[in-house]
Amino acid sequence: MGEVTAVGTGWVPLAAAVLLATTAVTATADGALLGRPDRPWAEAARLLRQQRRTTLAADTLLGRGAVLLAPVVALLMVAVVPLGTWTVADLGVGVVWFNALDVVLWAVFWLAGWGANSALALVGAYRFLAQALAYELPLMFALAAPAVAAQSLRLGDVVAAQQGLWFVVWMPAAFAVYCTGVLGFTARGPFAAPVSADVAGGLAAELSGVDRLLLAGGRWLLLVAGAAFGVTAFLGGGGGPLLPGWLWVLVKTVLLSLVLAAVARRLPLWRADRFTEVGWLVLLPVALLQLLVVAVVEVL
Amino acid sequence: MTLQTVLLVASALFSVGLYGALSQQVVVMVMMGLELMLNGVVLAAAAFWWFLSPSPDGQVLLLVVITAMTVEMAMGFAVATLLHRTAGTDSAESVAELHG
Amino acid sequence: MSVLSGIVFWVLGALAVGTGVAVFRVDSMARASYALAVSFAAVGLALLLVDLEFVGVVTVLMMTMEMAVMAVFMVMFMGMNPALMPMSMTHGTRTPAVLAVGCFLLLGSGSVLVPWPTREGSPAADPTASLGLALMESKMLVMLTVSAVLFATVVAALCLAAARTRYDRFGDDLRSRPVDPIRGGVGR
Repeated sequence: MGEVTAVGTGWVPLAAAVLLATTAVTATADGALLGRPDRPWAEAARLLRQQRRTTLAADTLLGRGAVLLAPVVALLMVAVVPLGTWTVADLGVGVVWFNALDVVLWAVFWLAGWGANSALALVGAYRFLAQALAYELPLMFALAAPAVAAQSLRLGDVVAAQQGLWFVVWMPAAFAVYCTGVLGFTARGPFAAPVSADVAGGLAAELSGVDRLLLAGGRWLLLVAGAAFGVTAFLGGGGGPLLPGWLWVLVKTVLLSLVLAAVARRLPLWRADRFTEVGWLVLLPVALLQLLVVAVVEVL
Repeated sequence: MTLQTVLLVASALFSVGLYGALSQQVVVMVMMGLELMLNGVVLAAAAFWWFLSPSPDGQVLLLVVITAMTVEMAMGFAVATLLHRTAGTDSAESVAELHG
Repeated sequence: MSVLSGIVFWVLGALAVGTGVAVFRVDSMARASYALAVSFAAVGLALLLVDLEFVGVVTVLMMTMEMAVMAVFMVMFMGMNPALMPMSMTHGTRTPAVLAVGCFLLLGSGSVLVPWPTREGSPAADPTASLGLALMESKMLVMLTVSAVLFATVVAALCLAAARTRYDRFGDDLRSRPVDPIRGGVGR
């Protein structure tokens, strides 16, 4: 059993602060890689000052509620991720909890596009659902691989099972499919169709002010949360020399998110109707074969 | 939180679903009523599992009920799609007779 | 059961029933679908209270996915109504309401008045592991049946809903190259 202690839900504000700080560091570093480290901060300040614009007959309950929910989902995702030996909630089914939350994102992004009563926003929402249907099942099987290898759904056990060898070394296909899923549910890189410029920003087309900041910031928070989970499930969690466990988790999370953001910038957009075949005919069999390899190794 | 209170909530869910399934005209809304009924069944099954007999067999039954929900929705949507394509309607009233 | 879990259960139960009623009272399809999603999420979280962690989280997962797809179908079949104009699509509400109330009274009185037996046995230390072992060992027949049923559902739903058959795509002799408006990503 992993030696992770649950500190209880009273520490949720601290977890939120850690997540925000990590995201701030990641966004600034990503801006620095592009030559403008102050860009996320300038953008955030501009959006906070901007007046909120509304559209005719908008469904504000659904639209604004969904946009508000995006950072909350990211926080719930990291609530089960062990930071060294501490975690907010030591769920016995941590892997499935993360999976359920990235499915809740389907609802969040669709509602964000629906709420504005705008055709372009709705097109963005439908694009997100179309590509989500393609990447979700491979992502689920990729998430099952570390659970099978650790023989438990608890994230503390998954980290403990990587003491000898990180999972990314002997299940690279699962890690690749997982990263594809993270790029998918943050709508980045090849999966940026829901927010791309050819639909005037898609989901963000009619959002302004605080709502736009919540969606953009929410997508960054989700990238960091996905990277944190990926670090726990594939990159050994807090394992590493010299530094304490929690610091390793944060360092690895920032590095993985920077790598994912940089890779996403390089890749062209993959239209959902073309990606669907690839997701079902290539990624799903790859994920299943990886799972078979992991299961055989575990049985032997 | 006793068995009786959980079963009361489950009966309320089931009854609301029954109202919807009986009163709605559109096929998809009837399906939503059926989903609510199965929602009530899931809650009741969980209550019976916890308060009466917490063995793994009860959990298997829960998974079967959830699978039944999924199957019902998939087939319902397929039928609704076909109905919309052939008859151009989404109302259950218009398929009351075996003609056309 | 502690007092806190009792209160949490009542909140979740009220939320589930309230949003369940809202499904049939709101004026927009998106609101109806997501009210149902909230109802399912409330029941899933209530399952977490009775130590059914895996089943509860899986319920939330599956039902959220289904409701997202259901919202798409509802908008497809019933048109967009974001302007929240009143729409009622019922064929009479009195008989169903009477039947529903009668059903609730019957089931409710049954659940309160029946002398339920006492609990026999206690839950396993890890209900998820015991569920997995049961499915793989003593209840393997359930697993086999469910997988066959799900596969049959996939095939049946596709056969019913697909607009273009193999003959539309490959021609009458099933030999020509596929005629698709959009080529797929794999290059078939």
